[in-house]
Amino acid sequence: MTDSMHSDPIQQGIDKLVKEHPVVLFMKGTPEFPQCGFSQRVVAILNNMAVPYAAVNVLLDDAVRDGIKVYADWPTIPQLYIKGEFIGGCDIVTEMSENGELDAMLAPLRAAQEN
Amino acid sequence: MRRMMQAMPDTAIPQPEELADLVRRHIPEAQVEVGLFSGDDHFEMRVTSSAFAGKSRVAQHKMVYAALGEHMRQRVHALALTTCTPQQQENI
Repeated sequence: MTDSMHSDPIQQGIDKLVKEHPVVLFMKGTPEFPQCGFSQRVVAILNNMAVPYAAVNVLLDDAVRDGIKVYADWPTIPQLYIKGEFIGGCDIVTEMSENGELDAMLAPLRAAQEN
Repeated sequence: MRRMMQAMPDTAIPQPEELADLVRRHIPEAQVEVGLFSGDDHFEMRVTSSAFAGKSRVAQHKMVYAALGEHMRQRVHALALTTCTPQQQENI
């Protein structure tokens, strides 16, 4: 988040969500009913990882839909955040799930949840 | 996927090769393979460049998005993107 974003309530709201939840997915639709194939793929990957995650349906609010692109300086949705860090979109998340990086990143969260 | 019916800027959907040229122009030594995976505005692209060395995947993808500029915000409905360095290419 750059200095100029701090005064924007949408950017502040997104920042709060991203920092409050260990895993946050900004997506089109909901995990139960994704409305885009790319969002659907990331939901399937996260469900396989067996960690709880917060999902934000950007289709419900154009300000969030546009705002999240500014927040990450990333032009597409879905966007995955882990521990406040932007991880990537569908292509990057898919690659990280295939090479084990995502599992390694989520393992501590899964362990914390089980304890 | 249904296209939005509201007025869109009157710009033509870019051809795959136009997108490849933009990437080649902006990213040094980029080798670009591009095609359509669905319809006429769902693109898939693979970019290999030594300029990606030492950069995170997010940074690599941002370089490609920057090269595509306004196309990314307008008529490119979807872009499935893979980036790698020539060294990674050899390992595949």
